[in-house]
Order: sequence, then structure tokens, then C-alpha cells
Amino acid sequence: MGTLGGAGLAAAAGRARTVGMEGDRLASQARSSGLPAGGATGESPGVDAPLLGGSGSSALLQAQVLDLDEDEDDLEVFSKDASLMDMNSFSPMMPTSPLSMINQVKFEDEPDLKDLFITVDEPESHVTTIETFITYRIITKTSRGEFDSSEFEVRRRYQDFLWLKGKLEEAHPTLIIPPLPEKFIVKGMVERFNDDFIETRRKALQKFLNRIADHPTLTFNEDFKVFLTAQAWELSSHKKQGPGLLSRMGQTVRAVALSMRGVKSRPEEFMEMNNFIEIFSQKINLIDKISQRIYKEEREYSDEMREYGPIHLLWSASEEDLADTLKGVASCIDKCCKATEKRMSGLSEALLPVVHEYVLYSEMLMGVMKRRDQIQAELDSKVEALMYKKADADLLTEEIGKLEDKVECANNALKADWERWKHNMQNDIKSAFTETAEENIHYYEQCLATWESFLASQTDLHMEETSEDKPEAH
Amino acid sequence: MEQAPRDPERQLQPAPLEPLGHLDAGLQSAVGEEAEVARDESPGEGTMTENNFWLKKIEISVSEAEKRTGRNAMNMQETYTAYLIETRSVEHTDGQSVLTDSLWRRYSEFELLRNYLLVYYPHIVVPPLPEKRAEFVWHKLSADNMDPDFVERRRIGLENFLLRVASHPILCRDKIFYLFLTQEGNWKETVNETGFQLKADSRLKALNATFRVKNPDKRFTELKHYSDELQSVISHLLRVRARVADRLYGVYKVHGNYGRVFSEWSAIEKEMGDGLQSAGHHMDVYASSIDDILEDEEHYADQLKEYLFYAEALRAVCRKHELMQYDLEMAAQDLASKKQQCEELATGTVRMFSLKGMTTKLFGQETPEQREARVKVLEEQINEGEQQLKSKNLEGREFVKNAWADIERFKEQKNHDLKEALISYAVMQISMCKKGIQVWTNAKECFSKM
Repeated sequence: MGTLGGAGLAAAAGRARTVGMEGDRLASQARSSGLPAGGATGESPGVDAPLLGGSGSSALLQAQVLDLDEDEDDLEVFSKDASLMDMNSFSPMMPTSPLSMINQVKFEDEPDLKDLFITVDEPESHVTTIETFITYRIITKTSRGEFDSSEFEVRRRYQDFLWLKGKLEEAHPTLIIPPLPEKFIVKGMVERFNDDFIETRRKALQKFLNRIADHPTLTFNEDFKVFLTAQAWELSSHKKQGPGLLSRMGQTVRAVALSMRGVKSRPEEFMEMNNFIEIFSQKINLIDKISQRIYKEEREYSDEMREYGPIHLLWSASEEDLADTLKGVASCIDKCCKATEKRMSGLSEALLPVVHEYVLYSEMLMGVMKRRDQIQAELDSKVEALMYKKADADLLTEEIGKLEDKVECANNALKADWERWKHNMQNDIKSAFTETAEENIHYYEQCLATWESFLASQTDLHMEETSEDKPEAH
Repeated sequence: MEQAPRDPERQLQPAPLEPLGHLDAGLQSAVGEEAEVARDESPGEGTMTENNFWLKKIEISVSEAEKRTGRNAMNMQETYTAYLIETRSVEHTDGQSVLTDSLWRRYSEFELLRNYLLVYYPHIVVPPLPEKRAEFVWHKLSADNMDPDFVERRRIGLENFLLRVASHPILCRDKIFYLFLTQEGNWKETVNETGFQLKADSRLKALNATFRVKNPDKRFTELKHYSDELQSVISHLLRVRARVADRLYGVYKVHGNYGRVFSEWSAIEKEMGDGLQSAGHHMDVYASSIDDILEDEEHYADQLKEYLFYAEALRAVCRKHELMQYDLEMAAQDLASKKQQCEELATGTVRMFSLKGMTTKLFGQETPEQREARVKVLEEQINEGEQQLKSKNLEGREFVKNAWADIERFKEQKNHDLKEALISYAVMQISMCKKGIQVWTNAKECFSKM
């Protein structure tokens, strides 16, 4: 399923502008990506040794070649004119060599094939007369030939991420673009830039970029590359290209009008998909709320426990015989308190961000459905026009032909990406909850050990006191 | 150690009822089987004499609670709870128990019994009653006295009270206590006839003594401080425990929501569906497990509460000592001043101001006959005073001796009971952890199969 999807996506991503150049680029790409960590430039990416270790790569290449033969059929479907798609994508459309497919067959669960590593860190505050904002440092390490270097370091702010997302959505309206963390969280925000908020956002931004990097199609997007590599001024000038504001606005108005129509003629499988998305969205939102609430309750429990233990210590000060027992209880409670803290941090690292990302994903998905519906609606409106207007029949027929292609492309792209997304979602949810369960098991095991050892020490003492039997070792 | 000295104690006891030795069958009390095994400190089984009440072993239980309506003293309708007290005597030979007495009592009657004991046994740390109103509640528990959970816990507390009295070497022999268990009607009148309310030391008097006493026994002063600390620390502990319980309840119950949502989600999932559904079931199990856990903890809290209230009983004994000591000091002071007066009269020197002296100066001296008469009166008074002082001293020393013996007994009981309670708390935590491991292991399995 995976390979199919990848190939399909890559194919659907649009073709390059000129075949000639494309061919060259393809060749160099094949050389650089398929080979062990050395890349076209001959440098090794240094720190990123894990990818494509020397010996195994040729065997890998072989394997990939074999797998890809069956995808050739899929590729046929997309040999039509893709000019109606406003693609900025850099990816190869009709790959002429199997080797070039290798880059497209990459998933999160195959780390060996990753050749693009991105980290987001070092949030820094910038104050100007107009505003205050935060920039993040983005480090990209890659072995890909199309990148001029193997390591890049840039600074970006949230706005830049928004821009990137917008461009990706424009280029791939029916692909499932990874979600961005929210602009700001209204509830419970005292200060826009408190540390927890920044850290959460930083992690989410890193996830966002890595998800794009792992996506078989999006990873080759030109804007993505620019985002990762361009210096500040370069980025600004690049941003200014592309359709102007007015035309974009026009598109939006048309889109809203059309999206209603698309719903009516939605094919069965997309009705199912939509149904899934609706219910999934409901449920994941609930799970998000529940998980946040659990975190809050655990925090409050931990706060109370912190006060609970020391009282026993205080009491032991006025007792003689009971002092040891009381101190023992106090120490157990303190240890359990620490275990609770650990459990909480596990929750906030393993579960909360994942669930929240899927909340955002579910919103994304609804947007994707809408866009698909719009594209369909465009076709439908032209078809209707043809039925009622006999004039310009030829022109309309031609347009319809193109729109039919567009719809088919969009549907197939979505279908493939949908399968991929679902697969990833299941894995992510499964591992998030499994890890949470493990954290809880570990928490209870720790507490158990603490109390059991306390109990053992007490019964030992008791035996010594009564001095009837020999004290047992515990 | 369990036996208190008998004869000197009898002297201290005002005996309008002659509580000892007037009943036919002497019965020996023992801890009922409802009590914890560890509290099996049967007082002097085998040192029975005709002075003892109890010959056979008895078991006491407060087995039921019932809502009743009746009319109170002002002839208004009221609702109250009555408790059934059953007394069984255990045959030595075959251990079978036979129901000998059974009657209903309400909380106010327990209070009456305790107040009586407080007055007649001031040197004893009298066991406390369970709380009148629910305190240290956390959100689930109702503060309503009619709430069944509260009533149940109070029933247990009252039984505990009776068992404590019955297992106390001295208190168990009290006739009023015996009648409380055996004579349903008229008991209240019988108690009131003892006139114990009149014998009670006034609060004001006690307060006064506390402030003014000069030389109380150091041990009692220390004990007073200890009881203050004990009370303060236990109430703090109970307050925080209630809050912890509240939070813990929250954590567990919120997880229950997962169950419902997972189940609904599983409907749209093909591969994940089963895993989600069964994981959800385990979340429900987890959420509902907290109810039993916290109910057990309430019993632990009750054990601590008993000692919270015991602190007040300790203070009562200290107050009595202070009162007696103050009394003694006042008597001694009075005696000293009378002696001085006498001396002055005899020698004619006036060292202290006295009204007589002033009037004498102002209105002329008294005759030698008058003076001699006065001296004689004073000498009589001094004699009396000296006798009184002697007996007060003796009383005071006896009190201290007996009280301290009971306090030592109490200390041992307290250390034993509280240690057990703390250990039982650990056992509860262990059980809770084991349940948690079980549930989450099951859940993890479900998740990993998704």
C-alpha cells in the first residue's frame, strides 16, 4: 500500500516545466540520492551518518527497483497535461528511470531512507517598534543533490510557516498538508509568549516540517526548499512572487460558491471519507479535552501530595515510638509524588501533542474535502453549462475534458494520501496510547515498590520488637 | 499493666450508686469479636473477684441503625437515628454466644454516658465518641447526618466506643455502663439521678485554674502540649487527605470518559476498532475502581479521627490535675495566711494589713479576751486547714499516680493502634497500585494490538 501511494503521489504532484532540464535533473538526483552518504558534492553530511550506510545501499537500490515495476501502471494515468494545476513543485513527473523513484518511496517508518533532517530550536525574542515576535532557528541537514549544501541554518518566524503552509495548500489542494500549531491559544493565556507555550509550539513546528519532509510529494516542493534554505531577504523577495492578493481573493469567493455544489455529486467513497472525518473530528476533539483534563487533575493531585507527605514528618517530631513509621510514610508519599510528576511529563510528551496534532489534522481534512468538492463543482457547473447552452459547445467540451482530468487527479491524489494518512494516524495513536499505558504501569510499579519496601521494614521491626521469631529478610 | 489498683481508686469515686460488687453474677468483659484481633488485651482474665461485674466473656456490637421519628423535649417532631446494641455472653466451653441483651440507643444517650464517665473518672482518658457531624468531607461524601454512608461509619464508631469502654480495666466495671447495655427504659433517669451534672467542675473554674496554677506536675504540662500538637497535626493531616482523595477521584473518573469516546470511535475504524473498544472497557474499569479504594481510606481516616478526639480526653485529665493542684495551692496559701494572722495576734506585731488591725487602730484596741477568742478560732481553723491540706495532698498524689498509670496504658494503646493504622494505609496503597498495574497492562495490550 505504501509504495503505491508514494508513487501515485509523486506522479500526481505535477510535472516539471521542461522535459529537457528535467531529465538532467533527474539523472543527477538519481545519482545523488540513490548513493551512499556522499551526495553529488562528494561531501558526507557529517553528523547524519545513519542514512545510507555504504554497503547496504546498492542492495537497497535493487530492492526498490523491483518493487517499483508494478507501479508503472499507475504512472500511465497521470500522463495527461497537468498545466491546470498550479504547481510549483520540483518533483519529477514522468520518471524515466526507476532509480529516480527511490526518493519518492519514503515514509516515516523507514528512517534509513530519510535524507532530510530538520530541527527547530533556539526560540529568540525580537522587539521592534511595531511588534514583538519570536524566531526559531531551523537547521536542515541533507544529502540531496538539489540542495546546494548539506547543511543549512536559517531563522524563521510563525508568519513564515503560515506562508509555507498556504503555498503547499495552493500547490496541492487535495493533499493532506500537516497542520500548524495554533496561532495563539486564547484560553488560559496570560502572556502571549510564556515558556511552555513557546516550547510546545517549537515542538509542533518541528513536527510540521518533518512531516512535510517525510511526505513523498511535499518533500520536493520548491517553496519548502526555499523555506529551509533561503536567507531572510531571499525569502521576502520569493514570497512576493506568485498570484496576487486580489486574484487569491477572487478564488476564495468562487470557491465558497462552488463548494456547496460539490457535496451533492460526491462519489460514494468520498462520502464515506467525509463521514469518517466528521466522526473522527468529534472523537479526537473529545479525546483532546479528556487528555488535557487528566493532565490538569494529575497536576492538582501532585500539588496536594506535596503537602501531604511533610505533615507526617511534622507529626513524627512529637512522637517517639511512632516516629519511624511516620517518617517512613512521609518518605513513601514523597516518592509517589515524584513518580506522579514523571507520569505527568510522560503524558505531556507522548500523548497530548499527538492528540492535539490530530485535532488540527481533522480541521485540515475538512478543508481538503471542501477543496476536492470545489474542484468537482467546477466540473459540474461546466457540464451543466454545456447542457443548457448549445453555443460554444466545442470550447466547453475542451474545458470539461481538462476539468475531468483535474478532478480525477485530485481524487486520486486524495485517495492515496488518505490511505497514507490513515495508516500514519493509526500508528501514531497506537504508539501514543501504548506509551501512555506504559507510563502509567511504570508509575504504579514505582509506587508499589516504595510501599512494599516500607511495609517490609515495618514488619521486620515488629518482629524484632516482639522478638519471638527471627526477623525475616525481605 | 492492664489492671488498675482497686482500693485507692474506690476512695476517689463518689459512690452514690455503689457501682461495685452489688450485682449477683460478676461478669468479665472482653473485647468483642468485632474488634480487631490486635486489640485483644483482655483485661485480667482470670483475676476475677467478687468485685468484678463480669464473669463470662461478653461481646458487644452495634449491629443496626434505624431512622426514627419522635417528639423531642419541646414536643416538636424530629428525625433521629437509633442504634441497636446487642450484648452476647460467650460460653467458656464451646465458644457459642448467646444473646443476653438487646436495646436501642440514640447518639445523645451515648453522649450522656460519656459525660457521666468524664465526671466520675477524671483520672481516666475516657474513649471519645465518633463525630457528631461529618467533618473533613471531600466532595463525594455528604455532610448530611442522615446520609447512609455517614450513618454506617458512625455505627462502627459507636461500636468502637463501647468496645473501648468495655476493655478498659476500670471503666468496664461501672454500673451505669452496665445499665446502658442492659436497661433500655429509665436509663436516662438513672443517670441523671446520680447528680453527676452537679459534680462536674465548672468550665470557668477549670479555666481559672489553668491560668493561675503555679506548680503543676511537669509531666502534665508536657502532656498538654503533646495533646495540642497531636490535635493540630491530625486535623491538618485529615484536611489534606480529604483534598488528596478529591483529586485522586478526579483523575480516575476522567479516565472513564475515554471508555465512552473510544467505543464511539471504534465504530468507524476497521483495523483499530477492536483494540479501541476493549481498551475503552479497561478505562471504565479503572474509573470505577476508585470508589472502593476511597471507601477503604475513609475507615483509615476514622481511625485517625478517633485519636484526634482522644487528644481532647487527654486534655481533660490535665485540666483536672491543674484544678486539683490549684485547689491545693489555694488551700496551702490560705492556711499560711491564717497561720500568719495567728502569729501576729499572739505576738502583737502587725506585719500584714488587716481590716481588724485598722479598725482597732481607729476605734480602739480590743480586749485581751476578744483577742484570745480570735486566736482560738484561728487555731481551730488552722487545724482544720491542715487536715484538709493533708487529705488534698493525698488526693492529689493519688490522682497523679492513677492518672499517669492510665496515661501510660493509653500511650501504648495509641502507639499500637496508630502504627497499625499507618501500616493498613500502606496495605491499601499497595492494593491500589496492584489494581492500577493490572488495568493498565490490560489496556496496553489492547492498544498495542490496534
